[in-house]
Amino acid sequence: MSFFAVLPKYLPDLAHGLWLTIALTLIAAALGFLLSVPLVLALLYTKGIPRMLARLFITLVRGTPLLVQLFFIYYGIPALGIRIQPFNAALIGFILNSAAYQAEYLKGGFMAISSEQMEAAYSIGLSKWQAVRVVIFPQAFRFAIPALSNEIIYLVKYTSVAYVIQVPELLSQAKFFASDTFFHLQIYFLIGVVYLLLIWVVSKLSDMLEHKLHIPGFDIAHLR
Amino acid sequence: MPLVRIENISKSFGKNRVLDGITFDIEPGAVKVIIGPSGTGKSTLLRCINMLAPPDSGKIWLQDTEITAPHTDLIKIRQKIGMVFQHFALFKHLRAVDNVALGLHRVKKMNRSDAYEKAKQNLQKVGMQDHGDKYPAQLSGGQQQRVGIARALAMDPLLMLFDEPTSALDPELIGEVLMVMQKLALEGMTMVCVTHEMGFAKSVANEIIFMEGGHILEASPPAEMFNNPRNERTRSFLHKINELYGESK
Amino acid sequence: MLESVIYILTNIPLLMKGVWMAVQITVLSVLLGMVIGIAVAFLRIYGSKNMRRLVSFYEWVFRGIPQLVLLFIVYFGLPGIGINLSPFLCVVIGLGLCSSAYQAQIYRGAILSIGSEQMEAGLSLGLSKTRTLFYVILPQAVRLSLPGFTNEFTIVLKDSPLAYAVGIAEILKYGRDLIVSSFRPFEIYLAAALIYFVLFQLFYYLFKAIASRYQVPGYIISGE
Ligand SMILES: Nc1ncnc2c1ncn2[C@@H]1O[C@H](COP(=O)(O)OP(=O)(O)OP(=O)(O)O)[C@@H](O)[C@H]1O
Ligand SMILES: [Mg+2]
Repeated sequence: MSFFAVLPKYLPDLAHGLWLTIALTLIAAALGFLLSVPLVLALLYTKGIPRMLARLFITLVRGTPLLVQLFFIYYGIPALGIRIQPFNAALIGFILNSAAYQAEYLKGGFMAISSEQMEAAYSIGLSKWQAVRVVIFPQAFRFAIPALSNEIIYLVKYTSVAYVIQVPELLSQAKFFASDTFFHLQIYFLIGVVYLLLIWVVSKLSDMLEHKLHIPGFDIAHLR
Repeated sequence: MPLVRIENISKSFGKNRVLDGITFDIEPGAVKVIIGPSGTGKSTLLRCINMLAPPDSGKIWLQDTEITAPHTDLIKIRQKIGMVFQHFALFKHLRAVDNVALGLHRVKKMNRSDAYEKAKQNLQKVGMQDHGDKYPAQLSGGQQQRVGIARALAMDPLLMLFDEPTSALDPELIGEVLMVMQKLALEGMTMVCVTHEMGFAKSVANEIIFMEGGHILEASPPAEMFNNPRNERTRSFLHKINELYGESK
Repeated sequence: MLESVIYILTNIPLLMKGVWMAVQITVLSVLLGMVIGIAVAFLRIYGSKNMRRLVSFYEWVFRGIPQLVLLFIVYFGLPGIGINLSPFLCVVIGLGLCSSAYQAQIYRGAILSIGSEQMEAGLSLGLSKTRTLFYVILPQAVRLSLPGFTNEFTIVLKDSPLAYAVGIAEILKYGRDLIVSSFRPFEIYLAAALIYFVLFQLFYYLFKAIASRYQVPGYIISGE
């Protein structure tokens, strides 16, 4: 039997895997972003403990391998008596990672804005948080879009690591397929192409977002 | 009663004593021009007056409020003091009209349509009514600075601070900004301007303040300052300014 | 709590057996990525039009394909067409190819930002083209690429535990062995994370030290 003759039988499984890959990516990107905003605000606009905690969190997450984090969450934490499903373990790992990395990118966006913007905001009577919300953040976000979309691309790629803790995502499904049919090269090649397509879609969407939010004077963002 | 009283203020950054016992009053309607060499604390003085950089010691009153007192509501104070920046500092992600309306809407809590109505009126005052829909990057330096002035004016301030508003501009664009400032002065706005445009100083200032090393070395009306400077340092500084900017008419 | 700490400390030496493997994988993958990356960068700038198209497609593919998928193509797929490589070599090839695409971008950015004037200035002094390349262009390019290179090196270091997936005896594998006998995954994986964190910091500061050793005013080469 040829590769393409056996493939249809496995398509539903592969599609389910693809769906999990997409779900992991989207949830981790969205919740990671939500978490990254307080992180970066703590980093840049607070002193003492909140700032220290944010710094520590980012350093630890960025300083250790994702795979080791996933092992720690999936195998390590249950030893304390908390049971975690593979998908949820992976999700927690990805959310924490994407929060830490996105915070770092957002920080870059914030730092690209001159301190005069903040002073100008104060000078017309805005409060600190108002100024951050309506003046600084919208600019920082625009500066950070290319880096943020890169982060989503990283996420798409790194969801495959969840295979190692038995999340039945795309790579795991390919592995099942390969052990059943022995078409190793063909199936890994095929899902390689699927990952590339996913990434192509993400970069197109991010270009569209950038275009939609485009404002004259923010073209510097393209240089990154 | 003076509009602003500045009493013996000092400020240091680390070991660098940038302001060292500055005292003067600003009467309502007065136009004061501050001059002095680079790094003498002129910008810092302006930033003390609206408490962007609170002084380490000394007191500042706005009318009968001591704004240097702890727990002063700085947000209220800053609404009454407009500031114009050397590099314009327009909010780059907002159109000209949004820049002007922002404070009206967010700080003065006017509803959107009133805020935009008033923003347009203020753009008109600086001759920018036709450019309200443009983003800062689409405007020339002179146009950006006029929007900056409109943004500050829209808050109906009692006092306007100008920090070298024309020094980042190409020579041919300086005039349009000075004209707006001149008009404001004639309308009776109280202004403190750091500028080395001596023509402007001569024609509209009531008093010129010469600062050096964190002190006020001399403060007198333009005629006296230019014709008969009392201080040797003032004399040589004015001489240099004339060489740099050309003899003013 | 205290007992856990003691357990972690006594077991770190056992895990350390895997450190040498992690370092080998990282260094060799980065070197492979560097050789290919430099070639790709030059071809992308100076190559013919078709060559430029080809190498930018290469960059796109290897930036987008997940490391683990590439590793599986090489490890499980290639034997199907008669190519049998050791697991170690497979990991180095997989990580190295992915890294080459990222490194190519770093070097291309560096070369482009030096500008053609420098080459012309060298030639105008009577230096040959190769000499200008060695004495003028390269010293600048190396300085300009250092921050990106440092970042890329630490990323490869953090990807190196993926070798676990093809059964290589590195830190996670030794950890697994310990867990089988002790059932203490929480402490073991924490210890593994700690080891990687220390490795990460070590290399990060090593490169930072190198960068500041060769710091020249005007080149900002210390950043993140
Ligand atoms: N935020 C700050 N932190 C540390 N030092 C500062 C700060 N702001 C100003 N300074 C220092 O205070 C001194 C006075 O600065 P200031 O900007 O007030 O001078 P200036 O008279 O406005 O000069 P210029 O004509 O160049 O604008 C300078 O030596 C400057 O380096
Ligand atoms: Mg100044």
